[in-house]
Amino acid sequence: MKNTFPRTSIVRRTALGLASAVGIVALVAGCSSSTGSAPSGDYSAADKDLTAEITYGLWDQTQVDAVNANIEEFNKEYPNIDVNVNVTPWDSYWPKLQTQATSNTLPDLFWMNGPNFQTYGGAGKIEPITGEVEADAIDPANYPEALNDLYTIDGVQYGVPKDYDTIGLWYNSEIFERAGVAVPTDDWTWEDFDAAASAISDSLSSEGIYGAAGGMDGQTSYYNTIFQAGGEVISDDGTESGYDSAETEAGLQFWTDLIEGGGSPSIQQLSDTPAIQWFTSGKLGMLWSGSWSRTAVAESEFADVINVAALPHGEEQATVIHGVSNVVAASSKNKQAAQALQVFLASKAAQQQQGDLGAIIPAYTGTQQAFVDSAPNVNLQVFVDATEYAKPYPVSGNTAEWNAFETELLPDAFSGSVPVDEAATSLAEKMNGVLAKK
Amino acid sequence: MTTSTTRIRSTRAKASSPRPGGAAARRDGFWPWLFVLPLLGGISLFFLWPIVQTFYYSFTEWGVFGGSTFTGVANYVRLFADPQLYSALGNTLLYTGIVLLGIPIAVYIASLLNTPGLRFASFYRVLFFLPYVAMPTAVAMVWRIIFNGDFGILNYVLSLVGIDGPYWTSTPGFAMLAVAIVGLWSSLGFSMIILAAGLKNIPPELYEAAELDGATPWRRFTSVTVPLLTPSIFFVLIITIISSFQLFDLLYALLGSANPVLPKSMSLVYFFYSQGFVSNDKGYAAAIAMVIFVIIGIVTVLQFRLQKRWVNND
Repeated sequence: MKNTFPRTSIVRRTALGLASAVGIVALVAGCSSSTGSAPSGDYSAADKDLTAEITYGLWDQTQVDAVNANIEEFNKEYPNIDVNVNVTPWDSYWPKLQTQATSNTLPDLFWMNGPNFQTYGGAGKIEPITGEVEADAIDPANYPEALNDLYTIDGVQYGVPKDYDTIGLWYNSEIFERAGVAVPTDDWTWEDFDAAASAISDSLSSEGIYGAAGGMDGQTSYYNTIFQAGGEVISDDGTESGYDSAETEAGLQFWTDLIEGGGSPSIQQLSDTPAIQWFTSGKLGMLWSGSWSRTAVAESEFADVINVAALPHGEEQATVIHGVSNVVAASSKNKQAAQALQVFLASKAAQQQQGDLGAIIPAYTGTQQAFVDSAPNVNLQVFVDATEYAKPYPVSGNTAEWNAFETELLPDAFSGSVPVDEAATSLAEKMNGVLAKK
Repeated sequence: MTTSTTRIRSTRAKASSPRPGGAAARRDGFWPWLFVLPLLGGISLFFLWPIVQTFYYSFTEWGVFGGSTFTGVANYVRLFADPQLYSALGNTLLYTGIVLLGIPIAVYIASLLNTPGLRFASFYRVLFFLPYVAMPTAVAMVWRIIFNGDFGILNYVLSLVGIDGPYWTSTPGFAMLAVAIVGLWSSLGFSMIILAAGLKNIPPELYEAAELDGATPWRRFTSVTVPLLTPSIFFVLIITIISSFQLFDLLYALLGSANPVLPKSMSLVYFFYSQGFVSNDKGYAAAIAMVIFVIIGIVTVLQFRLQKRWVNND
């Protein structure tokens, strides 16, 4: 499950004339202001016979069965806490959450992702887990460190990791065989990758097959190479852009070189037909993509010949990690019950159940075997091993705003129409402008 | 209840009398207002009041979760210095211009469909109207496949006649053209239906007279059909311009939010959306909305002024 990207949302055809011009104007005024209550971070374990009704907000319908199984177990412990699972599709989840947060009517417990977390944490809309950690109800050491970091502001953690995804190098071994190139190994370097990509493109271009694809989005491509080159997207304290450093530029240059050398389709080809489609149609030798691609790969007619290896090494080994977490609303009327559920969902048993039933990699260390076993012929273990060298998905207080500048400026650098250093410098400048606004 | 019916009866009686209607309406007091209240209340609450609010918010800066601070004209100063406003305006005008080319086409097709004795006329009418009924998103998805640079049918057909087609939806310039082509295609049906209704109102005697005078079919089209159709054309023109200025869904769905071309092919409403709902800068977005509102207002007023010169209202 790729949880960090804005999906297409649809505004339906407007009916008639001026009336809808007015409608646009009316849209902005739709939300009105109010002030929030300050979160305390207090926690005391709920009595087993606590009676309450709480709402659990999430966006992925495919995980509802696993969530319901969790809640059934939870009710064995707390029989009088009634949990309503409230599923809002991804498209409307964030706009709705924003409205709910504004009017302090957030679900008691809900899913949070990296790019949006600091907006809510910084505004005091969600409850820190400080009390639960102090009471030993939750131990952050059980989850990948990078995920804990993702949900921490100024040393205070707000979310309990629920699942995660990391990035690997998916490859089509049949294409490698036909091109006479050795398949990727976990110790590949950037040079090995480049050489293989060019070799495949060279020998199979007559069939429209390319070696690899890259550069369309951060999470699956350039964030990884930036980290591998030793650079950063944003400084650790989230106040400064990392795009103007030489290391970060090297991470971007990687993709420009790949496209220029013919190892990848052009940026235009990739915007017309997304990389995952090239790959699952057997037109691409290698694809940088997340653990969530397992489903798409399994449905592909090339499923039998597809495998996965760790990402190639640059200056260092690195991948981006992202995961969803459970957070308690600061405005919750039944905070104790919500925290009881948050604690329960953080447990090894609950996460094991998620892994067994769900389509995700659970975050609790040692519960990942079910995911690894889900495709015996594919080396899915690389996604779990990647947590050892994974870096948190780069975020700040207003992530979406500088993400828009990445989408605007970087493709020109990858296609070669603007020099990489020039694009990176102007991106850093604009991004710093956004970060300074806070 | 009885009172109201008698009132209505008496109003009718008065309306048919030589007395001016205005006086009668004035004497009816609050009754007419009571009947329009449900509609008026809804419009005031959901349209007029938000406009007032938006106007106010365009002078403020918003926090993500509400809470606004008054910043005076700062949003407008920033907006008029923002190159994106002008590029969005340019794109919107380009789109509108191309979509307007559909009106002459629609006039021509409508008059063809109006040919007396044409077989399957209703079938053709349905055929042309279907694109308008289809969801823009569905339309966009189909066209996206047609426009695909490597595997699309359009470029395949072009390649048969030796033309190497561009990457329609991912090349700056071509992307707007692609969106406009789809916009024209899907608005054709609506314009055509309005115009066809207008054609039905042209008395057949005029055609007979013209024919007796020896007018060719083309002459009949330019001297009878077009002049008598101007009120319908005027209506279609206004509707097309207004809906073109609101270009958003088609652009968004056809190009896709991750398309690198999108920032260069933004329409005014997309610009509004990206500021208000992606960057969460709602005060600034309110200012953009006010500008769109004013532009559409000016264009519409201008058209009503100019219509006297060319619209035949007899």
